[in-house]
Amino acid sequence: MSTTTKTLRGTGYGSQSKTSQIGQTRTIILYLLPAFLVMSIITFYPLFYQLWMSTTDFGVANLRQTAPPPDSVGLENYIDIFTGGLAAKVPKFDFVYLIGFNLWWTFSNVVIHVALGVAIALLVNQKGLWFKSVYRAIYVLPIILPTLVVATVWRNMFDPASGALNLGLAQIGSLFNIPPETFAIRWFDQIDRPIAWLPLPLSYFALLITNVWLGWPFMTIVATAALQSIPGDLYEAAKIDGANSPQQFWNITLPMLRPAMVPATVYGIITTFNLFNLIYFTSRGGPLRQTEIMVSTAYRLVNEQRLYGVAAAFCVMIFFILLGLTLLTNRITRATESYDA
Amino acid sequence: MHDEKRLPLGKQLLYQLLCLLIAAIVLYPILWVVAISFDARDIQRPTELIPPEFSLQAYQRVLTQPTSNPVSFLTLAKNSLLLASGVALFSVLIGVSAAYIFSRFDFRLRKVLMVAVLGVLMMPSIATIAPLFVLLNKISFNTGEIQFNLRNSLLGVGMAMISGALPFAIWNLKGYLDTIPKDLAEAAMIDGASFNQVFIRIILPLARPALAVTFFLGFLTGWTEFAISWQFLTNPQDFTLSMALWNMTGQYSGDTPWSAFAAMALMLSLPVALVYLAFQRQIVSGLTMGSVK
Repeated sequence: MSTTTKTLRGTGYGSQSKTSQIGQTRTIILYLLPAFLVMSIITFYPLFYQLWMSTTDFGVANLRQTAPPPDSVGLENYIDIFTGGLAAKVPKFDFVYLIGFNLWWTFSNVVIHVALGVAIALLVNQKGLWFKSVYRAIYVLPIILPTLVVATVWRNMFDPASGALNLGLAQIGSLFNIPPETFAIRWFDQIDRPIAWLPLPLSYFALLITNVWLGWPFMTIVATAALQSIPGDLYEAAKIDGANSPQQFWNITLPMLRPAMVPATVYGIITTFNLFNLIYFTSRGGPLRQTEIMVSTAYRLVNEQRLYGVAAAFCVMIFFILLGLTLLTNRITRATESYDA
Repeated sequence: MHDEKRLPLGKQLLYQLLCLLIAAIVLYPILWVVAISFDARDIQRPTELIPPEFSLQAYQRVLTQPTSNPVSFLTLAKNSLLLASGVALFSVLIGVSAAYIFSRFDFRLRKVLMVAVLGVLMMPSIATIAPLFVLLNKISFNTGEIQFNLRNSLLGVGMAMISGALPFAIWNLKGYLDTIPKDLAEAAMIDGASFNQVFIRIILPLARPALAVTFFLGFLTGWTEFAISWQFLTNPQDFTLSMALWNMTGQYSGDTPWSAFAAMALMLSLPVALVYLAFQRQIVSGLTMGSVK
């Protein structure tokens, strides 16, 4: 069904006379005006300004009102980012690794969140399980805490000497007569890779632990809601037809979960790709920038290096990468279509 | 409904064990923060998992002056509250009429405008921080007595936050408004109600839960916003709770004991956690809705 016929039907201006069409246009403009006026000034204009900034060497010297405008450098900022020339100004900058890490970070997290989320939803949804509501109340805790708080708390959790993780591991270890010195793990600072052939620092695994702790409950909530909306008749019919539990799972449960899990996964992908708070507060991108993601790099370019022109170019690239990601996922969810009532 | 059959005892025990294990993992960091926030010893870092003595002195310390900056908890909380509620209220108020138009009408520029909103929506707020910083920094005056720089003010930070919050509000509200049957508005118009009357008397009251949830989602983002305020603000009197929390950890923490940090983290979380629990169902559907529709 096309969008045109669908929404036109509901305009409320039944007759197509000229006056009512003008009235309708006026109403549309009037209702859109406040929001689009504000967005033009503080959203769209800055975005175009950013595009211009990205072709200049905008720096601290150009900030003052009386300062001269920055020099145009053409596409130099983009070339510097792509070819690694930026490493001269930003030590250890490696664009290919950065993109690869950002994508792998997103992929590994979302896969684990969805799998764990669905599995735990199934577990807590078992008929006849005791203390169901108690577990549900506990499992929601990670989402109700602000990410900022979760990230700073986990930063301290991973502290080599005073953190709850090493201390807890030492306690468990003491049951098996393992000396506590074994658990002076330097989660965020260890340079040696934990798995020699995998180009990921220990810091990545610490972040993964944190974000899995943070991320699965949302998926469980979405999956639980979907599970509860599956009509029981389906399972009964399947039972009568002689389907066993695994068959019921693959042919009923999973397909019925899909409509709820797809948008939740899309949401998870975009959020995880841009999970600034967690990276910035927990590993701080370290060691040696190995756990930096695109947005945290962009923020450091503004906040620490103060290379505003380069930062603008970097953000324009983030825009196109996210555009690609969104278009890809939009093909699945058809986000721009209006609701079919 | 399913038959409410009992789980066999063996399975029940196995599942209980799994559920308990998950609960323990979820609770471990939370209980730890709560425990160290009550640490009675005035030491920088804890040496045991559970402090030997409990007291409220960390909370006392945080409530008087959390960081080395000369700013009280009350001022920080007031700034956070002002930013979060201001941004949320403003974006819901001016977003709702645009959202209604997108939900009700098909017009020539509809697709273009919606794609523009969606395009901005997918940008993380940090990705527009450079131009906003530069542009807002240009708006300043100095009369000798009053020095004002929009960038270095709560108002400027609020504007930068609305830059992202408004498109989100429009999108999220549109998702809800789409679910209101169009016949309702049509019937009212046949009865002679004007478009404005329909919007104000019928649509807005029906959308009240959506308005509340969108407001709260905006509030949540504003309450824990860090990146923009940290980049923009330099005057400690303008600082927010999030900035103070960051000041209490890591390289800027100085001699902040972990007990004070933990107390701060809990006090920052408590208000949003409570409201979240109250609105939980609506928020989850609101979040996914924002990404699909």
